[in-house]
Parts: sequence; C-alpha cells; structure tokens
Amino acid sequence: MSKSAKFIAIAAAATIAFAVAPALSQGKKKSGLGRVALPEEIAAWDTDVRPDGAGLPPGKGSVKEGEALFQEQCAACHGEFGEGAGRWPVLAGGQGSLKSEGPEKTVGSFWPYASTTFDYIRRAMPFGNAQSLTPDQVYALTAYVLQLNDLVKEDFVLSRENFASVKLPNEKNFYDDDREVSEKHFWNKKPCMTNCKVEVKVTGHARVLDVTPDSKTGPKVD
Amino acid sequence: MMSEKKAHDALDRRSFLRASGLAGAGLFATSAPVLSQQGKPDPAITDVQDWARNLGPGVVSSPYGKPSEFEKHVIRRDVEWLTAGKESSVSFTPLHELDGVITPNGLCFERHHSGIAHVDPAKHRLMLNGLLDRQMVFTMDDLKRFPGRQNRAYFLECAANSGMEWRGAQLNGCQFTHGMVHNVWYTGIPLKTLLDEAGVKTNGKWILAEGADSSGMTRSIPLDKAMKDCMVAWAMNGEALRPEQGYPLRLVVPGWEGNMWVKWLRRIEVGDQPWHAREETSKYTDLLADGRSRRFTWIMDAKSVITNPSPQAPLKHKGPNVLTGIAWSGRGSITRVDVSIDGGKNWRTARMDGPSMPLSMARFYVDFDWNGQELLLQSRAMDSSGYVQPTKNDLRQVRGTNSIYHNNGIQTWLVRANGEAENVEVS
Repeated sequence: MSKSAKFIAIAAAATIAFAVAPALSQGKKKSGLGRVALPEEIAAWDTDVRPDGAGLPPGKGSVKEGEALFQEQCAACHGEFGEGAGRWPVLAGGQGSLKSEGPEKTVGSFWPYASTTFDYIRRAMPFGNAQSLTPDQVYALTAYVLQLNDLVKEDFVLSRENFASVKLPNEKNFYDDDREVSEKHFWNKKPCMTNCKVEVKVTGHARVLDVTPDSKTGPKVD
Repeated sequence: MMSEKKAHDALDRRSFLRASGLAGAGLFATSAPVLSQQGKPDPAITDVQDWARNLGPGVVSSPYGKPSEFEKHVIRRDVEWLTAGKESSVSFTPLHELDGVITPNGLCFERHHSGIAHVDPAKHRLMLNGLLDRQMVFTMDDLKRFPGRQNRAYFLECAANSGMEWRGAQLNGCQFTHGMVHNVWYTGIPLKTLLDEAGVKTNGKWILAEGADSSGMTRSIPLDKAMKDCMVAWAMNGEALRPEQGYPLRLVVPGWEGNMWVKWLRRIEVGDQPWHAREETSKYTDLLADGRSRRFTWIMDAKSVITNPSPQAPLKHKGPNVLTGIAWSGRGSITRVDVSIDGGKNWRTARMDGPSMPLSMARFYVDFDWNGQELLLQSRAMDSSGYVQPTKNDLRQVRGTNSIYHNNGIQTWLVRANGEAENVEVS
C-alpha cells in the first residue's frame, strides 16, 4: 500500500470510530466495562461491621480467651491493661477526662460504638500482621477490651447474637456537624479593616517550647 | 492606565502603613541598588565557572529528572515526637520553599496509617458492592477505558493540620504548622460514572470507601457527595499517583478532610447508614470544651498562611521584599486575602496571582519595603460562601482547646529586627 493510501485507510477507520462512539454513549447508559463480582470475592473483602451488628461474622469469644491473646499479640504496644506503651494508643481508662486539659480518648471513655473495635481489630490489627486473626479471636479480643473498660464482666462471652446489646457510654455525646449554625458569625461580608483592636500583645512564643526539629539561631540581614 | 494603577497601589501601601502606625521616617527610603563590595568586580562574573568551561552530563544521565543539587534542603520533614512510629505518621510539605498554586508530586505531605503500600497495578481491583443492581469488579485497564475522563485541581488538607497549635504557638515553621496540605491536578473519572454503571438502589444513602493497605482505611461518605464531585483518580500532575499518595488509585473528595480521600482505593460499598469506622469515631471527631463531640465535620473551612517570610524563611534584606502565602477553602473559591503587619489591628487586601479555582489553592502577594521594624504578620482568607477565616481565639471560644482537628485560625509570625521570624500568639 502506498503511503497516501495507508493514510486514507487510517483516516477512514478513525472516522468510523468517532462516528460510532457518540452513538454508543447516547444509545445506552452503561459502558459494559468491568464484570460481576463473585460472592467469594465480596466475602473476602467485605468485612465491615456497623453499630447495628450488620456485617458481623458467625462466632464468639470470651474475655478470658481475649486476655491470653492480648498479652501475646497486643500488649507490646497497648500495654498489659490497655494503658498504652510509649506513645501507642491507650485503649482503656480515661472515664470522666473528656472535659479536662488532658482528655484520654479510649474505647470506654470516648468511642461511641463497640462495632468499631471489632471492625478495626479484624481489618487492621495486629499492627504489621493485619487480617491474621480468626473471627472467634476478634470476638475474644473485643470482649477483653470491653472488660478492660469495665463494660462487661470477667466471665462475658461476646458473640454475633449478643453483640448489639453492648452499648458504650459516650455514644450520646456525639452530634452532627453544626458549624453553619454554631459558627454562623464567621460568615461576614465586611470584616474590619482599620483600627480593629486597641492593642496587640504577644501572648505566647513557640520558641519557649523549643520542640521544632533542628531550630536554628537568628539569620543575618544585610 | 499603568501609571494610574501604580500610583493607586502605592497610595494603598502608604495608607496601609500609615494606618498601621509604621509610616515613620525612612520607611519608604528607596534602597540603593546592591553594588559589589567596595566597587570590586564580582568574581561570579569575572571568574570562569566550572559549568561555563566543562561539559555537563549528557541526556538521560538522570532518566527521571531530579531537582538541582542546590535544592537538597527542599524536602518533606517529620516531627518525631508526634507519633509512636514512622509507619503510622505524617510528613509535612515544605510550603516556605514553594510558589504558585501546584504542589510538586515528590513534596506532597504524607499521612499513612500502616506505611506505604506498594501495590502492583496488574493485581489491583476496585470492587463495588452493597445496595447496587450489580456487584462489580474493575481492573485499572477497565477504569482507564471509561468515557468522561476529567482533570481537576483540588487542595487536600489533613483535618489535623495545625492541630498542634490549639493550646498555643508550638512549632516554628509553616512547614510544621500548616504543611499537611497540598494542591495537585487529578486525572480520573467521576465516582458517579462507576456508581451509575453498577446502579445504586433507591435505599442507598451512604458509601464506604476502603483502601487496600494493611490499615484497611475506611470512611463513610454521604451518597450525595459521592455523586456530586468525587473522583477515582490514577494520576496527579500529569503522571501516575506516587505510591505514598495511593498508587494506583485514590479517591478524591473535593473540599473535604484528607483522611476521606482513601488511598490505594480497592472497594466502594453502598449502604443505607454510615458505618462509624475507627477514623470517623475515635479519630476525626472534634471534642469540644463541654465534653461532647462533633462528628461528620467533613468540610475544610477557609484558611491561609503566609509562607514567606516565616520561621524557616526569614527576611534577609531591608528594602523591597515580597510577602507571599497560600489560601484555600472547602466551601468554594478564595475571593480575597487580607494581610496585617501589626497583629490584626489594620488590614490591606493582598494581590492574588494565578487561578483561584473552587476547592483549590490560591496564591497571594504583598510587595513591601522593610526597614527593619518588627512585624506581626497575619493573613485572613475569605471564600465565595462569605466565610472569613477566624482568629485562633475566635475558634477557641466556640470549641475550646481539645478538638485537635479543623484548626483554621489566623496564624501570626513575629518578624524581629534581625529578620528572624517566630510563631507567636497575639491578644
């Protein structure tokens, strides 16, 4: 084929392709891309659990079983009693601290739902060895964390059947974003431009704390 | 025309400085052009430099180009004491070294919960399941064949940006106080395209986005937002996403807190209620002074910061200087930024340059003469919804000091006579 003939052939093919494309997108809404997900595939990834218990797998685990597992797999970071090692997350205690200068936000003091603990342990714990626990082990660990927070008794066995009966005390203290009402005064068409304050005083210095990585001394000015 | 405008700008500056009580003698003294020392010729000119004599490296000596060796200090930094380990931690964008409105890919701040997942795109799948007509799976190739590909520039800010400053000035540098933000161009397709392909059932009201990394990051997002402007993106600034930004696929949730922009996106589930995952209960909820907590505070309010001068970028010269900074809002576009040099007593409107797109970063400048006087620099952003960036004290009055997230208060830098700048709080 000569060069020009080839070019004409390509141009003709392109015209057809462009002519067809709009017809396709107008004719039917679906692209036909992708495929149907198989039930086994959905089961492998869809492990999420909601506060109403939707998504919980069959199974159960006791506080006692949870305690043994916790000491073996969790205590290195979270401490034997969920008190936290170093700066790793504290899981227990902190009740009554939320209004203080140093609020301790634990499963017992802060988290609104027990399902979050189950869901998170199952998907992301132990740190660095995620998705290695069986459902029964996750039930047991969740039960132990609840017991560390005095929310269930030491002989408690957590299961899919009784899960929704566990309520966390701080649930009622969460409410939806209300900034557009409670912070309405931040919308202001004419902010002050001149003489907005009588005097300005410096009330705090970062340098006093000196926590910035390699803070340096003063620069030179020419 | 030009000269009229110039005169107007100069007037503006004079009245601004006068109002600030800084229009003292000598302030407007034109600085002399910089001469070489005692009239001696400048060796940078008279000596033949190595690069002017010798051959440089040839093409492809750096197949993927890197910045100049003289820019080695322009890097992401972390603050070790902030987190227990590096895998679940954060690094900060060096805002004081950047200009314009786009963040270079290699400098975009990082936030990982279980380290950087290195995902093979050939093995990456996006599943859509839940309240859908069809439960579906897509490969990366499938996604790139969808019609309706988009390019959009959006800022991404971590809700905890400036979170260390609630109780007072703590970190010296806008990289550390404000560096959990970046602004890049995303290429991808609307999430709506995929949801329409699978067919959302009428009782579907929420989506759950899930990541493929070992933290299995999950966030609930209202279906309205998912259908309005969310994207699944595979490219940033024209090239594939970086691994630390979710390669090969991430969710883009314009204007909303960064944690929701799930990286390494592998699954979208549709449901009739939110899931209350860890990152929307124990984290990313805002504890207020009365002990109660706001949840679902997704929108990032208008915010700005002066990046130069700032503690990591002191003033080095008297005379002409350029003050610059960035502003962004999750409620629309930035319409105006005001700057104060006296700690918020008096303000002037800054000059903006570059595009000011909705839910994207804007750049502002004030060209000024500095005579060595102390400055208390502040910037105040306004957005298209009419929201005005509040002071930190305004925020504390409503929220107390325990809320960690959503600190968009006005930042103050104290610039001393030696040009040094410090993070301070003012009355």
